[in-house]
Amino acid sequence: MTFSRPLLLAGLLALTLVAAIGSILFGPVSLSLGRMLATFTGHGDPIANAILLELRLPRMVLGLAVGAMLGLAGAALQGYLRNPLAEPAVLGISNTAALGAVAALYFGLSQLHPAVLPVLAVLGAMLSLGVLFTLAGTSESPLTLILAGIAVATLASAGISLALNLSPNPFAAMEIMTWLLGSLENRSIDHVWIALPCIAVGMGLLLWDGRALDALTLGEDGAQALGVELRATRLRLLLGTAIGVGGAVAVSGAIGFVGLIVPHLVRPLTDRSPSAILLPSALGGAALLSFADLAVRLINTQNELKLGVVTAFLGVPVFLIHLMRERRLW
Amino acid sequence: MVSITLDQVGVTLGHRTVVRDASATFAPGTLTGIVGPNGAGKSTLARAMLALVPHTGRILVDGEPVAGMKRAQLARRIAYLPQGQTLHWPLSVERLVGLGRLPHLGPMSRIADSDEAAIERAMVRADVLALRDRDATELSGGERARVLLARALAVEAPALIADEPLASLDPGHQIDVMELLRGEANAGGLVVAVLHDLTMAARYCDRLVLIDQGVVVADGTPAEVLAPEHLRTVYGIEARVELGGDWPTITTLGRSA
Repeated sequence: MTFSRPLLLAGLLALTLVAAIGSILFGPVSLSLGRMLATFTGHGDPIANAILLELRLPRMVLGLAVGAMLGLAGAALQGYLRNPLAEPAVLGISNTAALGAVAALYFGLSQLHPAVLPVLAVLGAMLSLGVLFTLAGTSESPLTLILAGIAVATLASAGISLALNLSPNPFAAMEIMTWLLGSLENRSIDHVWIALPCIAVGMGLLLWDGRALDALTLGEDGAQALGVELRATRLRLLLGTAIGVGGAVAVSGAIGFVGLIVPHLVRPLTDRSPSAILLPSALGGAALLSFADLAVRLINTQNELKLGVVTAFLGVPVFLIHLMRERRLW
Repeated sequence: MVSITLDQVGVTLGHRTVVRDASATFAPGTLTGIVGPNGAGKSTLARAMLALVPHTGRILVDGEPVAGMKRAQLARRIAYLPQGQTLHWPLSVERLVGLGRLPHLGPMSRIADSDEAAIERAMVRADVLALRDRDATELSGGERARVLLARALAVEAPALIADEPLASLDPGHQIDVMELLRGEANAGGLVVAVLHDLTMAARYCDRLVLIDQGVVVADGTPAEVLAPEHLRTVYGIEARVELGGDWPTITTLGRSA
């Protein structure tokens, strides 16, 4: 089943818009349509203003941006590594980025300069990507990469727990959960300004190399013989993923599986070439994460559910089914 | 028109010297076969000609060293059919063959009508037109080999280097592929093919380069290169070589004593 590309993109865009509007309309506090309209036309009451402009709007923007970044990073990594199981969280990139963010926040480094938080998150992401790309170069087996990712992710999550336990922080246990499972609760416009520039740069770099990813369908030799400067492609991909995912994780924590599910959902609707799924994965990621975030706000629990809980419920079955289909792994 | 010159080329992979002191010239309009036993360094030599592995000595394409050449530029001059046939995504045959047009596309441009025509021509010549809408990963080994050959032909480069293009093909399609490579050379193309089937090599190639343990042992016409004493020392086989007449044959009799 292949849709024409404009139709697919239009459909995904519409879905994303619905998710965005939903993020504004719904929340734990229900506001009447009239009060919301008043706020957006500039004469709303202070409570509605605060809820809509300071809580729901930043949250909507972050949901869209972080989701788009994770979806795109998953699609690009799957293409580059030629591994349908690759994505930032499975490969441990999100966790190392979260470790960088935790180090910045809980050792007071982020108070030195606002840029320290995203920079450390980006450095964390870069560290794990360096390890992964080195391994991917020496081993043809997709399993090696996944195993290395799990090792890196486990180590980083242990590091996060350690850092939070060492820091003078009475809420350590809650904070650990937030960083490991991800959340967009109580995010402000400051968070938007931290994440958006990084995500814009990351997405730009990742969207650049669609052609090279297509050529990699034929393997590294085949791609280079088709004119791909593999080194430049690798560098752009590494920087794009690290900066974009680092910036996203710095404000949202490590949200798993978005980058895995979305490319798999959109791939059957395209010609399956790596370049064709990049943009649809970004749109799909934005929509999926926004809907997931809407779900955690509307499901009535004592503490708000973490985003990673919802995405894991959606993502783990996809992951397992794919692992079983990949018979060469067993 | 393009020519490739190797001048005392050496390739070291890891700590192993795979090719040493190889010199040869490949001219337009000739079909050259690279032959030799497993692990002799044939594929490595082919990869060195595309600057896919670092080399010592000089490899010149039209007098320009490949080492400093831009990949996109080299890609338009030499099409390469790598050994093996791993495909990583289930693309349709037509889409896969279309990858051969990548060296000709501008940074943001889409596939043009001229590219479509080249894709069509390549599919016709490799006899895969009937497969165009199939998933390339679901084809038989032979079908896939022809689709990948079509991918290399779609580049429409003046030179073609094919690494074991006959692997996993039945005798009929082996002949088709050799005829096709022959046709490329007759039309003025430079064609280099790494081959294992010596009879096929003798029958279709203008010239053979015999490699053993990374060294060029013989370089010349099939009759000169496939002398029984070469086969004995290089392959360790006794063979009956009949190269006169219309149907050259090489019959392996057994291992050398």
